[in-house]
Amino acid sequence: MGARLSAETVETAAIPAKATTRDCPYIYEVTVQFDQILQYTLSGLSTGAIYALIGIGFSIIYNSTGIINFAQGEFVMLGGMLTLFLMGPLKLPLWAAIPCAVLISTLVGIVFERFAIRPLRQPTPINLVIITIGGSILMRGLAMLLWGKDTQSVPSFSGDEPIAIGGATILPQHLWILGITLVIIVINKLFFYHTISGKAMRACAYNRRAAGLVGIDVRRMVMFSFMISSAMGAVAGIIVAPLTMTAYDVGVMLGLKGFCAAIIGGMSSGAATVVGGLILGVLESLGAGLISSGYKDAIAFIILLLILFIRPQGLFGKADSERV
Amino acid sequence: MKFRVIPFVSLAVSLLLCATVFAAAPIKIGALFAVTGPAAFLGEPERNTAQMVVDEINRTGGIKGRKLELIVYDTGGDATKAVQLATKLIKNDKVSAIIGPSTTGESMAVIPVAEKDHVPLISCAAGIKITEPVKKWVFKTAQNDSLAVARIYEQLQRQKISKIAILTVSDGFGASGREQLKSQAARHGITIVLDDTYGPKDTDMTAQLTKIRGSQAQAIICWGTNPGPAVIAKNARQLGLKTPLYMSHGVSSKKFIELAGEAAEGIRLPSGKVLVADMLPASDLQKKSLLAYVKDYQRHYKAEGDHFGGHAWDAVMLLKGAIERGGDSPAAIRDQLERTRQFHGIGGTFNFSAQDHAGLGKDAFVLVEVKNRDWMIVK
Amino acid sequence: MKKELLKFLVFLVIVMVAPLAFKGGYLLNVLVFVGINTMLAVALNLLLGYAGQISLGHAGFFGLGAYLSGIMTTTYGWNPWLVMPLAALAVGLVAFMIGFPVLKLKGHYLAMATLGLGIIIYIVFNETVDLTGGPSGLSGIPNLSIAGTTFDTDLKNYYLIWSLTSVIVFLAVNLARSRVGRALRAIHDSEVAAQVLGVNARIIKIQIFALSAAISSLAGSLYAHTMTFISPASFGFNFSVELLTMVVIGGLGSIYGAFFGAVLLTLLPEFLREAQDYDIVIYGALLMAMVMFMPGGLVRGVPALFSRLFKLAGKEGGHA
Repeated sequence: MGARLSAETVETAAIPAKATTRDCPYIYEVTVQFDQILQYTLSGLSTGAIYALIGIGFSIIYNSTGIINFAQGEFVMLGGMLTLFLMGPLKLPLWAAIPCAVLISTLVGIVFERFAIRPLRQPTPINLVIITIGGSILMRGLAMLLWGKDTQSVPSFSGDEPIAIGGATILPQHLWILGITLVIIVINKLFFYHTISGKAMRACAYNRRAAGLVGIDVRRMVMFSFMISSAMGAVAGIIVAPLTMTAYDVGVMLGLKGFCAAIIGGMSSGAATVVGGLILGVLESLGAGLISSGYKDAIAFIILLLILFIRPQGLFGKADSERV
Repeated sequence: MKFRVIPFVSLAVSLLLCATVFAAAPIKIGALFAVTGPAAFLGEPERNTAQMVVDEINRTGGIKGRKLELIVYDTGGDATKAVQLATKLIKNDKVSAIIGPSTTGESMAVIPVAEKDHVPLISCAAGIKITEPVKKWVFKTAQNDSLAVARIYEQLQRQKISKIAILTVSDGFGASGREQLKSQAARHGITIVLDDTYGPKDTDMTAQLTKIRGSQAQAIICWGTNPGPAVIAKNARQLGLKTPLYMSHGVSSKKFIELAGEAAEGIRLPSGKVLVADMLPASDLQKKSLLAYVKDYQRHYKAEGDHFGGHAWDAVMLLKGAIERGGDSPAAIRDQLERTRQFHGIGGTFNFSAQDHAGLGKDAFVLVEVKNRDWMIVK
Repeated sequence: MKKELLKFLVFLVIVMVAPLAFKGGYLLNVLVFVGINTMLAVALNLLLGYAGQISLGHAGFFGLGAYLSGIMTTTYGWNPWLVMPLAALAVGLVAFMIGFPVLKLKGHYLAMATLGLGIIIYIVFNETVDLTGGPSGLSGIPNLSIAGTTFDTDLKNYYLIWSLTSVIVFLAVNLARSRVGRALRAIHDSEVAAQVLGVNARIIKIQIFALSAAISSLAGSLYAHTMTFISPASFGFNFSVELLTMVVIGGLGSIYGAFFGAVLLTLLPEFLREAQDYDIVIYGALLMAMVMFMPGGLVRGVPALFSRLFKLAGKEGGHA
């Protein structure tokens, strides 16, 4: 970072506050570095929160069914696109469109589970991978037919005025993202540890047969897990759409990165995956800022490979044992 | 007596039928557009426009009494498909000329096919490499990205800006733009202090912009197509960047303003004149065709005719002129295209020659600025 | 043994005679690609169908072969016939080394790891502009030539590609019927049981992975010399999914199944072209339907369907 500062550069670069330290270039440079890192970190946290939400969706389904749902990213897409559709041609206000969009996405999740997953005669990993990939392609194709290929913008929940934090800035939408993610985690924890259905789902995750033996309707639990995952995916898609705009194919990369978050968190449906997502988001952002932006996507997958090679149970999980 | 009438009548009838068949033999033109996929914002208006123009030509009697038949294939923006479909157009459909493809990557892939099979190709893509060096059978109607870069650089020179940052998308369009930006910088007294990229599907560019904020750049040039630049505009606003932001002609459509919203205000970019057709002075030679095109497109498709569809308009009209003058054999079309002078099209005024198969000059671009959600010409 | 030989001869005859039915039309061009895809599908089938290891990143090996051939012949002017086997060897070696950590994983984790690998390779192709030409692609790759004949028409390329593909098919069929093939199937059924019986599962898995990668690289080199232009877009996640689909639809664990899958999936877009925007939907629906109703793939499902129809017909005939 060159420390040659001339008057005109300072004006056009418009870095807020810290006017007094400009007289001392060295301290200015260090402050600028810190500001930049702060900015990268803040952006990374909000992206990471989205990865976390998607990752939790993956984990919930995986834990109760052993399936990796490659179509998870498409629910994220559905959330955003449905909200747009409900607000646009159907003219619903934002606060009404959002719950409707989540509801419809959940319905799609139910249909998907009922008609694609459940009737599978040979649920081998390869068949499940293919059918969920097929499902994701189908959903994307239908979305393209219904809503076109254009990218659309979604209005922010509470305006676009930047908020300054230290030397960095974020938008109100970032706060919404972090806030809603927090709420969802709390709800998740309450559901899985303090309600009968939640505990039943956890029982299925530990041992399906035993759960069935004590009277838990395993098939219903599977249905529940798909419902919750698709709802969460939709919510994630809705809260991030105002920042990133939405189109029929936003689901692919988001889904993959959400999966990376879940792996880092050891496929837990709670705090561990959230931490995984946040770490992923921040590392990606720092990598793009400090090393190279071209390889930004590669960072997520390199982290994925490292975790899979070195610690496949995730940063916080216990090693798995498998019956042979 | 009777015996001789019947064969005579049948001979006459069959001769007449042959005549009508021959007279009605349509002139076949092939088109390769990226109607679906990531370049759909190019291919769809191009296909719509091409179809509209061909229908219009046929409605007013065709070319020298013969109908024009347009065979369009969707490449999905995929260079491999483009090559396959080009072969299909030439071998199966036996077209006399091919319009398109929509993107530089696809065009580069199809060029060897056109050259080998001696079929004229009129590309609708911006990359300067398509016609530089000149290839015998390849022409293009989209303005060279080199001209767009020159336009921006001249403006910057006028404002005495010498240090810039460039942010280009990592696809064919962005890569070509980046090459031009780098190669023309020194000539205009400009130093690129930061050269960064972003991916076509990236949703957050605050990292790159934060780097730029900390640099000495006096202006930022972003080279890409929607939605990336819209995200960049929004990110810039979020970061409170006051540095002037320039975009490429890749976003010269209302869609960009719609996506970027408030953040688009004050952004400048080079654009084909079609965006500001009604604001041009009456003396402008292109004004007539531009207004006609905008009106026709609006009537046909209930949407705004834009800069990209114009490339297809120019291609079809150029072919029409060439066929009218020389007939419909591929070689004749090629020769006539090369002799086209002073054709006032949508992209600009075309002057082809044996050394210049791109045909446009600097006047093909105007610099526009976003003001009050609409375009305004920058003097 | 005789049956296998017969099957292969029938395959060979069909392949050699087919062009006569498609006198140099556009379809011949498509059949050249069917040849390349068959080679890829067979390679993937060895890994997926026989050894039971999921790979969602095979397009990456395909791309490595293509770019190695492309770059070495255009930028450095090496002889294409020299680069092809060297590239295959290099890619095979790299796959062998990566195989050690990667093949420790199973099921979904393996799928994701290979997915990640494939995407990283794609990003490298895209970003190393000076080497690969980046997103604009690499053009001017020379056609192959032997003793004065240049392979620059569809017909010549067809025979070149299909000759090599037939060799690969022959080798694959032999491999499947050999000790190694039996060991692979044992590993597929139960890795631990196979190990208990003395099969060195770990090494065999890695060897097959490397072989599969090497064959894919070969296909990539041939692709580069046939197309004379390559770009990263052809080697991404989408193509890996297409390959997987070919193998699954054709029939896992069957070499000729891979062939059918490749034929169907390469020709399908040609027929779907009329459907314009509906092709993505049809593709996804087809994928799901195949897995749901014909999990054994075409090669088992179609004969089963026929025999069921015959049985039905027989029953009715009996009642009458």
